[in-house]
Formats: sequence, structure tokens, C-alpha cells
Amino acid sequence: MKQLFGLLVIIYLVLRSLFTFGLINPYGQQIVLYTGIIMIWALGLNLIYGFSGQFSLGHAAFYGLGAYAGALLTKLFPSFFAIVPLSLLVSLLIPSLVAFLIGIPVLRLRSDYLAIATLGFGIVVKILFDNADALTPKLGGSRGMLGIPKYTNLEIVFVFVGITLIFIRNLIYSKYGRALLALKDDEITADVMGVSTMRYKVMAFTFGSGLAGLAGWLYAHLYTFLHPTNFEFLKSIDCLLIVVLGGMGSITGTVIASIVWVFLIEGLRSFLPSYLIEWRFIIYPLLLIMMMLRRPQGIFGKKEARLFRESSWYESFKS
Amino acid sequence: MKRFLALLFLFTLFCQKSTTIKIGLVAPITGDVKTFGESVKNAFLLAIEEANNQGGILGKKITPVIADDKNDPTEAANAGSKLINQDRVKYIIGSVSSKSSIPLSEICQSANVLMITPTSTNPKVTVGEDGARKSFIFRACFIDPFQGKVAAKFALENLLAKKAAILYDVGNDYVKGLAEFFRDAFLKGGGVIQVYESYSKDDVDFSALLTKVKGDNPDILYLPDYYNKVGLIAKQARAMGIRSIFLGGDGWDSPDMVKIAGEAIDGGYFTNHYSPDDPRIEVQEWVSKYEKRYGVKPDALGTLAYDATNLLIYALRRANPEDVISVRDTLQNIKGYKSVSGEITLDEWGNPIKNAVILQYQGGRQVFITSVTPE
Amino acid sequence: MSYLFQQLLNGLQLGSVYALIALGYTMVYGIVRLINFAHGDIFMVGAYVGYFALSVYRIPFPLVFPLAMVVCAVLGMTIEKLVYKPLRFAPRINLLITAIGVSLFLEYFTSLRFVFGPNFLAYPQPFKIERLNIGGVTINSITIMIFAIVFLLLLILEVIVYRTRIGMAMRAVSYDKETASLMGINVDNIISFTFGIGSALAAVGGILYGIAYPQIHPFMGIMPGLKAFVAAVLGGIGIIKGAVCGALIMGIVEVLASAYISSTLRDAIAFSLLILFLLFKPTGIFGREESEKV
Repeated sequence: MKQLFGLLVIIYLVLRSLFTFGLINPYGQQIVLYTGIIMIWALGLNLIYGFSGQFSLGHAAFYGLGAYAGALLTKLFPSFFAIVPLSLLVSLLIPSLVAFLIGIPVLRLRSDYLAIATLGFGIVVKILFDNADALTPKLGGSRGMLGIPKYTNLEIVFVFVGITLIFIRNLIYSKYGRALLALKDDEITADVMGVSTMRYKVMAFTFGSGLAGLAGWLYAHLYTFLHPTNFEFLKSIDCLLIVVLGGMGSITGTVIASIVWVFLIEGLRSFLPSYLIEWRFIIYPLLLIMMMLRRPQGIFGKKEARLFRESSWYESFKS
Repeated sequence: MKRFLALLFLFTLFCQKSTTIKIGLVAPITGDVKTFGESVKNAFLLAIEEANNQGGILGKKITPVIADDKNDPTEAANAGSKLINQDRVKYIIGSVSSKSSIPLSEICQSANVLMITPTSTNPKVTVGEDGARKSFIFRACFIDPFQGKVAAKFALENLLAKKAAILYDVGNDYVKGLAEFFRDAFLKGGGVIQVYESYSKDDVDFSALLTKVKGDNPDILYLPDYYNKVGLIAKQARAMGIRSIFLGGDGWDSPDMVKIAGEAIDGGYFTNHYSPDDPRIEVQEWVSKYEKRYGVKPDALGTLAYDATNLLIYALRRANPEDVISVRDTLQNIKGYKSVSGEITLDEWGNPIKNAVILQYQGGRQVFITSVTPE
Repeated sequence: MSYLFQQLLNGLQLGSVYALIALGYTMVYGIVRLINFAHGDIFMVGAYVGYFALSVYRIPFPLVFPLAMVVCAVLGMTIEKLVYKPLRFAPRINLLITAIGVSLFLEYFTSLRFVFGPNFLAYPQPFKIERLNIGGVTINSITIMIFAIVFLLLLILEVIVYRTRIGMAMRAVSYDKETASLMGINVDNIISFTFGIGSALAAVGGILYGIAYPQIHPFMGIMPGLKAFVAAVLGGIGIIKGAVCGALIMGIVEVLASAYISSTLRDAIAFSLLILFLLFKPTGIFGREESEKV
């Protein structure tokens, strides 16, 4: 715990100085911040899928809900002094609420049906975003939402990445976490053993989606422009790739995979000559397939860096 | 080795800064309206090449930097961001469709980067949500309120239409805007509109909407979308037995229109920025120049891109290229600049006051019908 | 009233094309319990093969269908052998993710300039469109052709599955793979065969779709694929007549939603229907309950 905190502080200081002394240009800065955002988003899915085994293909929808909800608030009340924490809260709560309401009926379904249901949900939400300007023109609908104030900066992203990491780590090593891992391993047995699986599934789904909403707020206030195509089904697949690549059930895996993913997709955009840029999208699914064929547990599998592991008594208990 | 090359690359970036002037282009080179992007790119490069052959800008060569926005608003925003922050471009020509130009203009405006859109006709490109003019954003073409009015007037007076139906893409600012402007002008002129329906970008099956249109039996079916959608709709409409006259906007201007629609589009009229049959000397010189270089006649979008690029170069030559504000002021004050597509004087909204032409598809070719001057 | 009939007809036409795709989904799911996300992209490849056959190589129209069917069948079977077979006993999620990977790969690979290119292509018109007017309802020759071909293929499929030995083997494998192999059925071959048929049907769907809605691009298969999949689930996944039924319903619902409610919400309504069905009757219209063995 202390190690984790210390490491975060060091990384923050390094990045802060790189930014302030202009050693990373604004475009690069944006990429670094984007990495943090993706990390939070992916950690949310890792909670739902990696740790609890619920195959949700609608994660991008919650990302979008958080983004639009928060951005709408900041645009409607720009001069309200507490608008930032207020809209952050909204971005956290609205997706969580929706996830809770949807989760109760939907999480009863079996894995492939759950996948389809969440996929359908994601599509419906995206279409609702497309038509959102019927609700209020400020939402922009399928033309996109413009003019969102740029509140996201290194400090805010770092604080939330830190909070997310600590939150998930603590959750996993608590009794809730054990319940989740149990139901991921074998749901029926866990049920029979007295673990109220529905309750924990819904909990994981709600929290994970809330994190996605938070990431959405950060995204909206970084790029200042939202468009429904950012939140379509294909984007949910991106998140899934990160979680699978890193290793389901490994916080370290998700963290590293997020960084790799952003630098692969976004960073390569600047370094590849234009005729090769299209190849990113070919390498990407091939990687996914290779992973599934050769190493389905991801790069890190279930391993966890010492940073994120429990304190000593549990360690010895586990081995 | 890689590190050395990277350092060398960074070094050359610094070197380039002082010996060339970069002009960026954001256009849909791939995607659903690729012919637009291609003509714009060709014209842009031709204009820069000509300028460089004449000594560049005050002795410095112009370096074109091209970014593809795939006709997608998010890509346009990203492309613009990259050009501005990574490539350190201060002058951008782009984009083609309004839905891409609007987010691009927001980015350029907040970065104090001068942007001229050659072809985006929606007023919101140069005017912000708060109603204020975005001072660094200009355009080289007429705007949709004018275009819609021209089409409505033509329908009412020349085609003697009494009833029109409109089908538009709800997700495209340009299409939606043009549909609204046409509707307002048509209704004001005494016409009747009973079917005013929207569809989404990805729709390919219009049977449901067209059945409604058929039941309505209008004189005119106004289709203000781009050629790729209009072609589909026109074809399905004729297959259903709809006999209304098709009318549209400058998005129709593409060689692929006939490829997609075939005979269905024959007899359809559309408003546009220029016609290659215009006998003016500027037009004929341009047409033969482009045709010699690229093998086909230039379309309106390429022509506008050529005009926009030349307009920018004209301003750059008369101001200090290192100081964007001086270039901007020079541009704003240009009067009566003779471009291929007409004389350009930019009004306080950054828009030129220009003529429109009306063309008709006959037997797979575009035929010039008439020219309309703004009142 | 004739307005309603016209819309119903439109829906049936759309639904028939979806049916061709849905059949492939349902047969593959029935046999290997895999939601083959790449199926929509095989549909796309079929459309493109038809495009090249008609416009570039000028192959006569009736031959285009068997050509596309063969190409896609081979493609489908190859994908199965290379990618799905090694994972046959892996958790279902892995298979799903792999299928998604294959789908993305097909889409982006075919977008490369030297393959199909990323741009929208105009589909060639192989024949003139005739129009018939029956009591206020217009039917054109494309609609008639689509109905005829789909009906014919359905008949052939029924015959294969219910009246041939290989069909019996298919049904056996979908019921219980292990027992079927104990009975001497070559399960691998049957699975390949199923993929082949499914892909061939998707190919025909692709060509018909291209003719009816003449614009193709590498990502055209995503939405129809998803909708056909919804249709298969609606009708009861794994059941052939369920797929057809579900597809026709999907087509009609989509068109009616577009006509009477809002064209821009048509997809949302279609998928909401899916979610409702999954919640209340996940086994679909014709489906049977399946118990999960512990």
C-alpha cells in the first residue's frame, strides 16, 4: 500500500516536470492523460469481467453515459463554483444507477446471452446518443457535442487513477473480492456454497460501470468534443482487448496493457507513414486471436505485481 | 540507430520551421465521400506547386502537410490537433463536409490557427454556438441559407412545383441545415411540404420512407445529402415507381453519382458552386490545367479547394507568414479577389458573397442550366 | 391499407436477406455453440465476390451465385479449421473473443487498398428492374428474385438437413457431440460442412443485398450481421425455421418502426426487442429449454 502510493507520487512528479518544462508537446501530453483515462475505464471492465467473469460488451455505453452526463452539466452551469466535483459525481452516479437497474434482470443470463444482451444495450445507448439532441440541443446528437470546458489535467487524472487502483485492490482482497473470484470460478458451486451470487454480480457491474462513467467525464473534459461514434460497440471491444491482453484478474496486467494499447494505437499514428497507419487495425485483431490461441490468460495471467498484492498474512495464506 | 534517426528527425523539424511555410490540409481522402477528398487534395497540391514554381511565399517554399479525416468528426478533430500540435502548422485548408469542419474549426479557433474551409456550407463553421464569429475561420464558398433559397426558388419558379418532400440525414449538419433552409424558403414561397423525414447515416434501406413519399406524390423530392446516399435513394425511389423530380445540393457533385444511381438520377437538378461549361477565361484555364494534370475535369469541390488555397497564399504574400493575426487581417480585408469560382469578398462572418449555378444530370452528364446571383 | 401492405412487403424483402445470414448463425451455433461474429463479414466477402465477378470479370449472372458460394464456403471452412477448431474445448468466452478478432481482421484487412479498398463501391445492376402494380402495392423484380431465391434455398436446406444422411449427422452432432462421434460420425467433417453451408448462404445474402441496396463497403456486414443474429436468437437459436421466422419478423419490425415511429430509432427498437426477448424468453419462439449440467 505504501509502496503503491510512493510509486504513484514519483511517477506524478516525473510527468509533472516533463510537462512543465515542455519536454512533451501538447499532443504528447494529451496522449499521456488519455492513457490514464483508458486505464480507469479498463480497470472498470476488469472488475466486471476479469474478476467476476461477467462478459459485458456494453462497457463503452457507460463510458459514454458518464461523458455526456458530466459534460452536459458543466456546459449548462459553467459558472457554478462547485461544478467540477458536482458533474464528476453525476458522471459516477448515473452510469452506476443505470448499470444497477439493467444488471438486475440481465445478469441472470448465461454467458453468451449476457454478451448479446449487453451488446444490444450498447447499441441502443449509442442510438440514443445519436438522437440526444431531441432531449436538449446542447447534447449535440449525432453532430457531436462541442465546447466542453477543458478541466482534465494531469493532477485530476492522477488522483483518479490512484483512487481507482487503491479501490480495486482493496475490493479484491476483501470478502467481496473473494466472493467475486468464487463466482467467477464456478458460479453454481458458489451459489450452493451460500455466496449470494446475484448480489455480488450486480455490485461488480455497478462499480465497474461507475468507473467507466468517471473515465468518460475525464475524456469529455480532455478532448472537449464528444461524438456518439466514440461510444459504439467497437469501442467496447477495444476495452475488452486491453483486459484480455493484460490478463483477466490482474490489476498490473490491465495497467500495462492500457499503456501499451494507447501507445500502439494513438502513438503510432504520429510515427507511422500514412500508408502503414491502416495496418494498426490489422495487427490489433491478429493480436487478439493470437492471444486466445496461445496465451488466453493474457500477458500477466493471474500474476500481480508486489505493489498490488495483499499484506503479508494473506500472502502466506494464499500460497 | 533508431534513436539517432529520431533525433535527426526532430532536428529537421526545427530546421524546417525557418525555411518553409507549412500549409495543412484536412480532407476525407478515404471514407464514404472519398471523391471529394481526392479532388480537394489534387487541387490543393496543384495550387501549392504553382505557387512554389513562382518563388513560393517571399522566397520560402510551401510545404503541404496532409491529414485524412475519413469524413468523420472525431477524426477531423484529431487530425487538426495533430497538425497543430505535432506538425506545428499554423494555416489549414479544411475540411470538406461541415460535420467535420465544425469540430475542426473549434480546435483551430482555440489554437489561433487560421482555417479556410473550401467547401463546407453550413453557417456554424464560422459562427460559434454563442453567435459570435470565430475570427480565425473563413470559407471560400457560399453558405446553405443561400443554397437552400436558390433551390427553393428554382423549384417554385422554374419547375412550377407546388408540393415537395424532403428526406435528410439527421446526423449530418450540412444535410440537416440545407434541408431546413430549403424547407423554410419553399414554405415562404407558398409551397407545401407534407413529408419531412430523417434517416441515419448507416441506413441503406429506404423502402419505408420512400413508401411514405410515394403515397404523398410530391412534385419535387429534395435530397440534400451526398452523392453516395442520394444515389441509393434515387435508385430505390425509381424502382418503387416514384415519379417526382429529384432536387439536391452541392453534395451531388461527383463522378460516382452516376455510377451508383445510373439512370435513376437523370433529370435530377442540383445547386452547385461552378460549372466546367462556364465560358469565363479563369474557368476554362483551370479546367484545362487540371485535366492535363489529372486526366479528368475538376469538380466544384476541387475548384473551391484551388480557390481557397490560392486565397490563403495571396494573403500570406501580403502579410507576415510568421504572424497569424496579420495574415488573418489581410484575408478579412480582401475585396474582389478573382477566383475560378467567382469574385470573392469576405463578409464579416468570414463568408464570400458568390453566385450559385444550377446543373442537371442528363444521360449521365452534368449540364449547365442557369446561374443565380445573390440579392 | 395498401400503405401497410407495401411496408409489410418491404419488411419481408429485408427480412429474407437477413434470413440467409441468420441461417448460417443458427446452424453454427447449433453445432458448436459459437456465436460466429465473423459471419457478417463472410456476407460482406460474398457481396464483394459478386461485385468483382459482375463488374470486373463480366461473369454471367447465374454463375455469380455458385462462385460466391464456393469462395465463401472455403473461407468459412478455413477460418474454422485454423482458428475455431483449436479452441473447441476452451471456455466459450475465448471463442467469442476470437470470433470478434476474426471479424475485425476481415473488415480491416479487406479495407486495405490492395484488397477491396476502404471505399464505398456501387454495385452493378445485372438486369433491368421491372415493376408490377397489384392493388396499389408495387413489387419490383428485385423483390421477386429475392423471395424466389430465399425460398428455393430454404427448401434445399430442409431437404439436406431432414432427408439426407449428412443432415442426420448434423442433427446428431448438434444434439450431443461426444455420442455422435462414438456412433462413428466424423465430427470434424460435419462441423466443417456446417460452416461451409452457412457461409455459402451468407454469400448469396451478400449478393442479393448488394443488388437491392447497391452500395458495398468492408464494414457493411456489421449491422446486418448483428440483426440477423438477433433474428436467430428471436426464433430460437439453433433452430432452422426459427432463424427464418425471426429474420422475417426482424425485417418487418424494422421497416414498420421506421415507417410509423421514427427512422432514426429503427435499430434501437430492434435491439430493445432483442433484450426483452432475452430477458423473458431467451430460448426464442421455437426454442427448447436447455439445462446446464454441473
